[in-house]
This record gives sequence, structure tokens and C-alpha cells, in this order.
Amino acid sequence: MGAEGVAGDRLGELLRELGPPVLGILVRRGADFAAAEDCVQEALLEASRRWPTDVPAEPRGWLVTVAWRRFLDVRRAESARRGREDRAALEPDPGPVEQADDTLLLLSRCCHEALSPASAVALALRAVGGLTTAQVAAAYMVPEATMAQRISRAKRTLAGRRLDRPGDVRAVLRVLYVMFSAGHAGEVDLAREAIRLTRQLEAATDDPEVAGLLALMLLTDARRAARWTAGGELVALADQDRGRWDTAQVAEGVRILQGALARDRLGEYQAQAAIQALHDDAATADETDWVQILGWYDELVALADSPVVRLNRAVAVGHADGALAGQRALADVDDGVPGADAVAAYLHELAGDREEAARRYAQAAEAATTVPERDHLVKQAARLRAGVRRDGRPEPGGETEGRHT
Amino acid sequence: MARYLLLKHYRGGPEQRPNAREPMDRWTPQEVSDHIAFMQHVADTLTERGEFVDAQALSPDGTFVRYDGEGRPPVTDGPFAETKDVIAGWMIIDVDSVERAHEAAAFLSSAPGQGGKPLEEWIEVRPFLSDVPAEA
Repeated sequence: MGAEGVAGDRLGELLRELGPPVLGILVRRGADFAAAEDCVQEALLEASRRWPTDVPAEPRGWLVTVAWRRFLDVRRAESARRGREDRAALEPDPGPVEQADDTLLLLSRCCHEALSPASAVALALRAVGGLTTAQVAAAYMVPEATMAQRISRAKRTLAGRRLDRPGDVRAVLRVLYVMFSAGHAGEVDLAREAIRLTRQLEAATDDPEVAGLLALMLLTDARRAARWTAGGELVALADQDRGRWDTAQVAEGVRILQGALARDRLGEYQAQAAIQALHDDAATADETDWVQILGWYDELVALADSPVVRLNRAVAVGHADGALAGQRALADVDDGVPGADAVAAYLHELAGDREEAARRYAQAAEAATTVPERDHLVKQAARLRAGVRRDGRPEPGGETEGRHT
Repeated sequence: MARYLLLKHYRGGPEQRPNAREPMDRWTPQEVSDHIAFMQHVADTLTERGEFVDAQALSPDGTFVRYDGEGRPPVTDGPFAETKDVIAGWMIIDVDSVERAHEAAAFLSSAPGQGGKPLEEWIEVRPFLSDVPAEA
């Protein structure tokens, strides 16, 4: 071995890149997922100690060897404890030759239905995303020891479960969408991580819903720069500076979505992506094709009905068929559903009832679950009470001082 | 250095000054933005001084919960009527002296409200008990 080594960021990147494929190799050789993940983590730790001064010629082969040896040691210790020889464990089948991509194999193990979405996301970020425990902890703003325990508990839950089936892609997509929706509060950008993993999965599968989810993420994330002010305040879709949308990312999302739709196996993610594509396609908020959007919401209700879908559909009805029709559509949704107040407020404003709209926005603010949303809702109420329209112009005949309604 | 908790209340505590009585959704949107920007400015300033530890906001919803014996479900009480003290959020700072903690709390309380005038909202300051006893 030469005295050459890698250190710092380059070492971090290298280990991040190598961890998931090494885990894939161990799992395909027949190692239990949870045990294999432990062994890969130990091998990575060993590498981070040695490689700064002495990097092996075949880094991945080195990691596979170290992790596999560790795995055999664990198995040996276990069979000794159980007092019986397990030949298969000592001399395992070398396993099928390496496949192009283990993303689905590994993700389906992380996204097992026995795990909560939060645990599945944490495990997937480490095992498939290649993040360190410290990075996953930073993304969720919890202490590293807490995150380490959350991941260990998730693996204990998986240990001993039969995982030899390819797994449910739907469960994987759900977890990836949860990851995407967590956004980027900490130092790790979870939306980007989710896009990266979904992109990897899309390249390795031919399910149009995987492509649909990737398109949905790209088409939503394309608006990110316009979604926040410099001061960190949330900007509603209708009020965003559309010049700041990432048009290249929109184009990519549309291309992927078209490819998925052409396969004629519609699913909820493709329908949601189609709605976002129509928003992204409008040069101004007024030019939004609400009739088509409503058509897609009707598809979505048929494919995957939920109170949230119905809330969003009521907004589309309000634009396509008028505010009163929107309010009638909203009447079907339970008042207690999170977000119902905000949608009611929006439709009241559309109907011209500013007083009631302000009251419902203020009520929505009290029930908000994030600070930016709360501040945004308070400002909507304040705006209405000050007699200002969404576009910033004074309401005709409205109060301009307007703080004592 | 010593840690202090700066508590903001939705209600409760000494009677608020007139500026802090009007709910925020009755301010103008600009006044709301200016207030939010100032809170961020406070956190940034404390970070620059090496004194900022944490800041969190709390929802007004809350319930009291207590143990009610083996095998029994927890007892809950609340949410409460307008008479109860409700904490809105906190900032934790690590500063040299109690005087500096009071100065930081007053800075927080100077956040602008309607007409850009300071809110003069009451901030409760609570010293943390340290984990590590001083060497004798």
C-alpha cells in the first residue's frame, strides 16, 4: 500500500458514495438487512480512521471485505451462543453477480410497513442515501444519540422479518414523499436527498408512478426560490415572482411526466404532478388553467381520496366554477381537517367576504403547525383587515388604515 | 457564562402595555413583517455576540397531563379558558451576567408593533440551574 490517503470532504463524499452499494452487495449475498447495515457502518468507521493516510487500491472491495468479515464474526458468535453450527453462515453462497442498482432492494427494506414514516426516512437516509447519523440528526434537529437510537430501534423492528420479497413500491414512494416534504430546515437538504433517491429509483424501475413522483418533486421544487422572501417569509403560489422559478427543472419534470403518462397507467403521483405542471405552466396566476386542474383533482379523488385532496379540490372548484361552488365543495370536508380554515378563508375572500375571510385566517393561524405558515396566515388576516387585495392594491371602497374593523 | 430562558407569553403575567394588547392580525401586513424581521434580527445579533443557544415557538394549544395510577389512562385537563397563563415561545441565551440577560430580554421586548412603536411586551427571564457544580 502506498502512503497516499484521502481526507476531509473528499473522504466524506467517497464513503457516502460507497456505503449504499456495499450494503446492497451484502444484502444480495443473503445477509440480514439490519445486521448488514451495522456491519457496513462499522466498515465505514474503520475506513474513516485508516483512509486519511492509506487508501486501498480498491476502496469498494476493501469495504465489502471488511463488512462481510464483520458480518461473519457476528453470525459465528450467534451460532456459538445458540450452540449449533451453522455451516451456511460460515460459507455463504457468494450470491448473484452485482446488479446495476440496489436502490429498490434497499429502499424496500427501509420502508417496511412495520416502521413509522419518520423511522423509515431516517433509516433510508443512512442506508441508501449514505448520510452519516450526525447528518440525519442535523436534518431533524435532534441530538445524534437520539437519532442513532431511532435508527437502531428501526433495525431491531426489521430484524427477523422476512424481507425476501421485492417489497411494495407504493410504501417506498410514500416514504420518499415524506422525506421530500420535510424540506430543508437543517444543514441537510431533505428535499434534494429525496429527489436524488427518487431519481436513482426511477432509473432502476419501470413503474410510471416512480416517474410520476420524481416529476411531482421536480415540478414543486422548481418554485423553491420564489416560495420564500429574503427575510424567510412564505410566499403563496399566486403571489410568487414567477421569473424566479427554475424553468430548466420545470422542463425536466414535464418531460418525465409526459413519459409516464404515455404508458397509460395513471396513478396518484402522476395526477399530482400534472396539477403542479399546470401551475408551473401559467405565466401569471390569472392565466392558471383551473378547469384542467379541476379535472386532475377529480382523477385524484377517484385514485386516492383524502380530506387534503378534497380541500385542494375545493380551491380549484372555486376558481373554475366560482367561489360559491368552491364553498359548496368545501362543505363536504370535515371542518376539523388541518388546513380547512385556511381554504375556507381563501374562498371567502374569493367570494368577496373579507370580514369572514380575515376571521378564518386568524383562526387558521392559531392552529398552524409551523412558524412560517402561522406568520403567513396572520399576515393574510392583517392584509384583509387593512383593506388590501392579494396583489397589494387597495380594495375598492376598503379601509386603507383598516386596523379597527 | 450562565444560561437564561427568555419566555414570551400569549397571556398571563403582569398586565401588558397598550401596544402589546392588540392582536397581530389587526396590524398592517407591513407591521407584521417588520416585527418578524426584528425577531430574526435579535437572534442574529445574539448569535454574533456568541450568546444565542436556541429559540422555539409554541402553539397556543396545550393540555395538562398527569399519572393516575397503574393501568389507568392519564388524566388530562385543558385546553384552558382565557384566564390561564400560556407560553408562546422561548429563547435560550448563554451570557456573562444577569444584567446582560435582562438587557437581551429588554431588546426582545423592544420589537416593533403597530406604527413601528416598541411593543414593550413582558418577557420572563429564568436562570437555568447548571449541570456542573463549580470547583470548590
